[in-house]
Amino acid sequence: MLGEGIIKGMAETARNFLGSYVSDERLTTVQYPEERIPQIENARQFPFLLYDGDDWHAGMRCVACQICEKECPPKCIYIEKSKDKKPDYTGKAQFYPAKFDIDISVCMSCQICVEVCPFDAIKMDTEYELSTTDRFGGLLINKQKLSRSNSHFRQIHPTDAAEVDMRLAAEKAKAEAKAKAAAAPKPAPPAPVAAPIGA
Amino acid sequence: MSDTFDQIFVSLKHWLLGYLPVWSQPVISCLLSIAVIIVAFATLFAITTWLERKGLARIQNRYGPNRAGIPLTNISLFGLGQPAADGIKALTKEDIVPFAADKLVHFFAPVVLVIPVLLSYAVLPIGRNMVAVDMDAGLLFFFAVGAATELSVFMAGWSSRNKYALLGAMRAIAQMVSYEIPLILSSVSVIMMVGSLSTVKIVEAQSTYHGLLPDWFVFTPWGFAGFILFMISALAESNRSPFDLPEGESEIVAGYFIEYSGFKFALFFLAEYLGMFAISGLGITLFLGGWHAPFAWLTWIPSWAWFFIKLVTLVLILIWIRGTVPRLRMDQLMNFAWKFMLPMALLNLVGVAIWHFMTPGLPRWLVGFALVVGPYLLLGRGLMAGKNLAKRTYRFAE
Amino acid sequence: MTLPFIILAVLTIAAAVAAMSLRNLIHCALAMVGAFGGLAALYLQLDAQFVGFTQILVYIGAVAILIVFAILLTRGGQVPEKALFSSSWIWGVLVTVAVFGTLAWTIKNSFASQRVPAERVEATVKEIGDALMTKFVLPLEVIGLLLTAALIGAVIIAMRDEVKK
Repeated sequence: MLGEGIIKGMAETARNFLGSYVSDERLTTVQYPEERIPQIENARQFPFLLYDGDDWHAGMRCVACQICEKECPPKCIYIEKSKDKKPDYTGKAQFYPAKFDIDISVCMSCQICVEVCPFDAIKMDTEYELSTTDRFGGLLINKQKLSRSNSHFRQIHPTDAAEVDMRLAAEKAKAEAKAKAAAAPKPAPPAPVAAPIGA
Repeated sequence: MSDTFDQIFVSLKHWLLGYLPVWSQPVISCLLSIAVIIVAFATLFAITTWLERKGLARIQNRYGPNRAGIPLTNISLFGLGQPAADGIKALTKEDIVPFAADKLVHFFAPVVLVIPVLLSYAVLPIGRNMVAVDMDAGLLFFFAVGAATELSVFMAGWSSRNKYALLGAMRAIAQMVSYEIPLILSSVSVIMMVGSLSTVKIVEAQSTYHGLLPDWFVFTPWGFAGFILFMISALAESNRSPFDLPEGESEIVAGYFIEYSGFKFALFFLAEYLGMFAISGLGITLFLGGWHAPFAWLTWIPSWAWFFIKLVTLVLILIWIRGTVPRLRMDQLMNFAWKFMLPMALLNLVGVAIWHFMTPGLPRWLVGFALVVGPYLLLGRGLMAGKNLAKRTYRFAE
Repeated sequence: MTLPFIILAVLTIAAAVAAMSLRNLIHCALAMVGAFGGLAALYLQLDAQFVGFTQILVYIGAVAILIVFAILLTRGGQVPEKALFSSSWIWGVLVTVAVFGTLAWTIKNSFASQRVPAERVEATVKEIGDALMTKFVLPLEVIGLLLTAALIGAVIIAMRDEVKK
């Protein structure tokens, strides 16, 4: 009969209306500033720079290779290479970024910078309350503000961090073993430039 | 006692006018009526926006606005401060006029839209002795000013120089022109019964009580059909869901008022809701006994309160419908208007005539009932025939 | 000639002049709506409620919309490039004056102008309806028939031709 479906639909919406007052299970809304849903482990918002140890400048993993800058689709990363070098986690002297800016008003959270980074220096953060009253300066984030310690990374992405830590430790052990071998009297063959990723 | 309360606004106006010089009394009397209408219905508009957001939210299992309350405190009053916050926002927002727009027409469209909508309240009896103008051709006046809104919708759509705006305006006009016919035809049934176009006389004709039920026109077969037809057309006339094609957010963004911002947008919003109240008020006047109480023992509640109780009830039903029914497609809209609404409204006129000339009694009820249900079933079957109305099955990508 | 009449007359004439002299056709149509509204107000001023409201309902609600649709569906929406007055405007003026003169002369000499205005008749809608259904029932039916014929004609014109296979 004509109109039957409308009556059924009206009954359904009435049931929802009344039900939302009776059972709290129906209300799926989270009252945001007071209540929060814990983020899932693979949540990602904007990139940050990882450092080891306590000093953000000394422990910074980034070697200013500028791969992420070139790969970034919206071109939101700006890097200036340093003139001098500082030791990285294996003790090898490396360049470091004199300037590393990310414009998060341009960033589209694609994670390509993370995928391409050979040094596990850039990762995605889960911080999302980044609103600011200054839409130009406030959204252009510099090196210092981008730096997060490795413990932070372990906290937000435990599985990922454990895997990265294990790999880096293995690489470091390998490098040390090699260094020991090099330190031995016999001259070593030329060392490979970089360890293959995931080795 | 109940009489004083019933006539409190009328006596108040007379009392106020008594202090004024005689020459100024007609003008001040007019202004007082206008002020009362604007204040009462603008307040109702504010409350309705809140009710609508709350109601729709609950239908969709959400909370709805529950933050805005009294400023600078933590008292939220179930979000009742929301209309005030929205109003302040609309007033303080930047008024943007597109570069290519026809500036003059763009400016006048919202103004020209609000005026006829407010004018239509002039003939609505909102209580005993409470009608701004008791016109002999009151109903005709209502429909005449209602027809004038179509033009301002067109002005808004055309002057914006925006394809969505023009599409929305065209849809709105096509829809309003089509649904105006069943709207007027369903009201004609009441006019035939009462023999007058005056809204006051129409309310008077429904003042008696017959046993338990009042003599409202909605409690007759033709009146019930007329009321349903009227309210469906009213929904379409006021561009509300499921007839909100002119605004269709998912298709044409906001339709004819897409290029309006700030207070001009608020005027469109206001006009839409005021139009909805006006046409619901007319439905109450025509079919639901106007300001009369539904039962004889409830007459102690003032007449104006009854009018507003009925109005809010109708508005709540409209909100309920909005929360239920999805938007129609343009061809469905037109098919429904011309293949269902129009024949039903015309057959209803025949039903009224027969009801009018038959003597009261059971046969009259049976004939009246048959004249409504028969065409309804036949038309419904005819319209649904040949359509594949089985439950749709979806194939999802794997 | 009362003050309200003068105001309404000036407004109506101004709108009518604007309707024929504006460059943009849509503006012309909107100005004409103003003229229709002014006429309706004049009817209302004469206490002819029914005629006044019908004027609004039919002319502003339907005819104006029809005109606007016609403009939009044809190519008239653009502002014309060439001058507003055609080169043969003098002939137009002559024809206008001739038509106006004929009409004015006829009206002046017809019996209608000699008729004494009736003492204020309260023409309610009910009386108009009664008159239409009794005294003027034949003209009403003839107009109804004419309109039905026009409607059917319009439907036939608008009907899609059957595709021949």
